Amino acid sequence: MVLIDVIVILFLAAGIFFMFTGVIGLLRLPDFYTRLHATGKCDTLGEVLIIAGLLLYHASHYYHEAPLVPVKLLFLIAFIFLANPTATHAIMKAAYMTGVKPWKLGEERR
Amino acid sequence: MIEVFLAIALLIALTILLSLYRAALGPGVFNRVAAINVIGTKTIVLLVIIGYIFERPLFFDISLLYAILNFIGTLAFAKYLERGEVWS
Amino acid sequence: MNAKSGKGFGILVTFCAMFLFWLLLSGIFDALHIGAGIICSAIIALISHDLLVKGKAEKMLSKSFRFFIYIWWELWQIVLANFDVAYRVLHPKMPIDPCIIEFDTSLRSDLALVTLANSITLTPGTITIDIKDGKFWVHAIAKKPADALLVDKTMQKKVADVFMEW
Repeated sequence: MVLIDVIVILFLAAGIFFMFTGVIGLLRLPDFYTRLHATGKCDTLGEVLIIAGLLLYHASHYYHEAPLVPVKLLFLIAFIFLANPTATHAIMKAAYMTGVKPWKLGEERR
Repeated sequence: MIEVFLAIALLIALTILLSLYRAALGPGVFNRVAAINVIGTKTIVLLVIIGYIFERPLFFDISLLYAILNFIGTLAFAKYLERGEVWS
Repeated sequence: MNAKSGKGFGILVTFCAMFLFWLLLSGIFDALHIGAGIICSAIIALISHDLLVKGKAEKMLSKSFRFFIYIWWELWQIVLANFDVAYRVLHPKMPIDPCIIEFDTSLRSDLALVTLANSITLTPGTITIDIKDGKFWVHAIAKKPADALLVDKTMQKKVADVFMEW
């Protein structure tokens, strides 16, 4: 089963790359609203790719011992797709209503 | 494959350490809330990978529960910061 | 008559969904666990059935089918969005130019508004800030994604096609 192992390693590597991009955006971008752009999008996709890779690994190696685990991991993926953007939107709305000013091109870092 | 999973878990722990910098530094409370949300999200993935390293199917249920807890915690915090109370 | 049929339908759908979750998550099929599952699903369905199904929910089957097709287009947009954000973050000069835009849509039901807000948050360069009665406030990170929402309006048309609320 060497082909499935290579595909799993590709999924995991792509997931880790997107997670690192998200965290570098969190450190590097100049304002609160732009930092939420980086984490809200890149974190979600990186997580989904890593869990999809682990799901493929389980379906190929351990399927006969525990056949219900891929269903649990699919629930986790669906929940992360619904919950992460909603939490991002809730924090952004709270900041906007409290009066945090957005950053325009040419100002200094905050 | 266990070595690959260990390497991935170490890299995820490194990203958690990097986002602690924004949690400590970030001017104001909103940057800190965003960084803690990121740490909670990475913990979910770390729990699933540890479940495969130690070969215990118990950790998948724990990660599902922690996903729900993290989501509700962030929502409650955002509601409190916006209105001054959680239930009106 | 109309209100009573809506309530019974809501209770039945909620009970079936909860019991399906119970069976798939536990994996043990003997009398004690299935009995406990039926009791817990019935209690939850009686208490909070109006959170899941509102009113009579007409034409649910064709809406679900079109929604399932819409999800695959959206997954492709999510992958494109993340390559765009990765390019903007890792570039040494960081080409960003944020602004806040507002626009109007013709969607009125709760499910359609939530789907559009989630799609806007997951696609290249935009995040929803506030929704008030069909009007959206959106924070965009550059001029190109903001124009894709204001001028082209591809995403609003697709969501209106899924839920049939032009």
